Amino acid sequence: MNKKLWLVLRWVFLAVVLISIYLPIMLIIVYSFSSERNIGSDSGFGDFTFSLYGRLFQNDLLMEATLNTLGIGLASALLATFIGTFTAVGLYYMRKGKKAVNLVSQVTVVNAEIVTAVGFLLLSIFLRDVIQIPIEKGVLWLIITHTVLTTPYVILTVSPRLNQLNPNLYEAGLDLGARPMRTLFTVIMPQLIGGMVSGFALAFTLSLDDFVVTNLNKGTSGVNTISTYVYDNLKRNLDPAIRALSTIIFVIVLVVLIVFNIIKNKKAKAEQSASKPLGK
Amino acid sequence: MREQRVIDKIIDVKNVTKVFDDTTVIDELSLYIRRGQFVTLLGPSGCGKTTLLRMIAGFVAPTEGKIYVEGQDVTTIPPYKRPVNTVFQKYALFPHLNVFNNVAYGLKLKKILSGEKTNRKGEKVPVFRKFTKEEIANKVNRALKLVGLEDYGHRDVNSLSGGQQQRVAIARALVCEPKVLLLDEPLGALDLKMRKEMQIELTKMHKELGITFIYVTHDQEEALTMSDVVVVLNDGLIQQIGTPKQVYDEPANAFVADFIGESNIISGIMIKDFSVKFLDTVFVCEDKGFAKNEQVDLVIRPEDITVLPEDSDKGQLTGTVLSAVFKGTWYEMEITANGYEFTVQSTIEAKVGQKVKLSIEPDGIHIMKKLRTVNEFVGEVSGENTVDFCGGTFEISTDLERGTPVKVFVPFDAVELTDDEEDGEIGGNVARSLYKGRYYQVQVYTDTDEDFYIDTSDEWDIDDRVGIKLDKSKLRLEVIVEETEEENQAEDGGDEA
Repeated sequence: MNKKLWLVLRWVFLAVVLISIYLPIMLIIVYSFSSERNIGSDSGFGDFTFSLYGRLFQNDLLMEATLNTLGIGLASALLATFIGTFTAVGLYYMRKGKKAVNLVSQVTVVNAEIVTAVGFLLLSIFLRDVIQIPIEKGVLWLIITHTVLTTPYVILTVSPRLNQLNPNLYEAGLDLGARPMRTLFTVIMPQLIGGMVSGFALAFTLSLDDFVVTNLNKGTSGVNTISTYVYDNLKRNLDPAIRALSTIIFVIVLVVLIVFNIIKNKKAKAEQSASKPLGK
Repeated sequence: MREQRVIDKIIDVKNVTKVFDDTTVIDELSLYIRRGQFVTLLGPSGCGKTTLLRMIAGFVAPTEGKIYVEGQDVTTIPPYKRPVNTVFQKYALFPHLNVFNNVAYGLKLKKILSGEKTNRKGEKVPVFRKFTKEEIANKVNRALKLVGLEDYGHRDVNSLSGGQQQRVAIARALVCEPKVLLLDEPLGALDLKMRKEMQIELTKMHKELGITFIYVTHDQEEALTMSDVVVVLNDGLIQQIGTPKQVYDEPANAFVADFIGESNIISGIMIKDFSVKFLDTVFVCEDKGFAKNEQVDLVIRPEDITVLPEDSDKGQLTGTVLSAVFKGTWYEMEITANGYEFTVQSTIEAKVGQKVKLSIEPDGIHIMKKLRTVNEFVGEVSGENTVDFCGGTFEISTDLERGTPVKVFVPFDAVELTDDEEDGEIGGNVARSLYKGRYYQVQVYTDTDEDFYIDTSDEWDIDDRVGIKLDKSKLRLEVIVEETEEENQAEDGGDEA
């Protein structure tokens, strides 16, 4: 009977873990269809309605924050992917000091984000007041900070792919008459696309998520991302449309994740069938 | 009878040295290769053969010296401008391209002369163009046909077997019509059967195309069966250049004899021309021109020893059979005679423990100059009765002044090896252990990359860390006079290939 008890306990444990992970999200999704402004008011759940979704598109500040978030995310992730990939390739073909540079490039990954955030804040002041480069804190500055923040992660995702490459691949390109840059783009880069896509996705999500760096570096001109908008409006009156926005983000991420997995499975299957020799 | 004619050198390597992080991989090497030949660079791993090939390809720049292709100095020319192509050991195919596009890669980049035009100044300038799609398709298909992969153009390279991938790599290199095809252990990753097949095909391709092949391998059998010329390398030096038959029948030294084929290598003394003494027995041989009583190494191939019954009146040595193993068409036997264990191949079986006579014909004995008869190092007197050399300080009684540069001569039997590095005066690693009849000749390299030769009764394992102890009474010092600076005269000079 002990066995049965263990089995039950195992399922209970799993359920508890999963519920604790998804409970907050479920709550948001459920309440995104509520007509109530405040959760836990006397009237309970209120009516089931899509009104919050409509409201979302009428809140200009929230819409702007959303567009900022996406724009900064896309721009910085693209930049980080290119810079990170080039850096990883350069590091890979380095002869001396490879280990040291590798370590230096990864320190900020484990370092507390607040240090980077304050650092950027000081840098902006330093640039403006000491070197007198007119730095305007705002979208452009945020793109720069997010690029710097996420580049190490791209290096981290691209490097393993490089290490798996045939060590003679680069030489083979040169040997067949391609110049170094051409070899880099037509021989090496195509092998790294998987790592670059993962790196881009990681950089993009990190940028979307970021609050610490963003909040200290968004400046005073009223530029907001979703996270800083929510934070700024908590003390006043947070628009309940945020529940709708959260739900939409969650659904998009879920869909992307599912599509990714389907593609990956299909590719794996195709490779499996291709590696079966067809015979002469 | 030698005709006076210009040798058609397609590759000419002149006094090339390559140093990687203080280690000399190639040491003042000179070598030329004739157009159209199949030349193999043969040697154990770490002998510098791959580095030499990579310098010809342009992936590695020589530290010193020059490399010429068809008389043109290419030493500083990058690989993408050299008229050579390489087949790599692990294929190095482009995984994102199919077979056709892999082979077409080099062609798409190539520019060919398409005529001349007159520019504004009235000068005639050459006009270049790229290959058309049709031309590329034709060439690629011809190359694929050559390597027997006619219908594989659309296939993903990852779906091919190792042998097929190497064929694609060969086609990819050959389609560029190189003047020289460089092959870096191309069959190393294939299984035995595939390897044999590819050996035959490569030889055939070489004959059909007439392109010069430079082939790197550590497999002596591969070298002997495929090449016109074999270049045996060791420690960055050329040991011998010759036809496969020459390096097998007339090895230049004990290293070549040991590395190529099975052999019995014995120390001996040349009594006079055509007469050599070893294992306390005088033998007739076919070699002459050595100094009287010169110490020599000699090699006897296992198949050149005839096993006779004990009561035979022929045969110079009497021995006892230690082991006999049937190898398909012959028996391989270990026979001990006068303290030496001979390896003998014979079609006649002898029983273990049986006493036999061994007969060696004059043409079965090949005499070689000893590589070295004494260890010679350059050092400096560092104090009262101490001399520094090979990274160590040794107590040697001398009245020479401090700071005097000296040559130190260390006889092979003045060196003792110790299991524990601590017990020796300096440390070293065992590079080679060669049985020479009654003793082993062990080669140990020190941390300063200098070689000690040691005669010892024990066999030492390669790569073992050992201590080196010297018997000071047997050492000899010699003051270096300014003029004798070239202490390391290469024995490989400008050999001919």
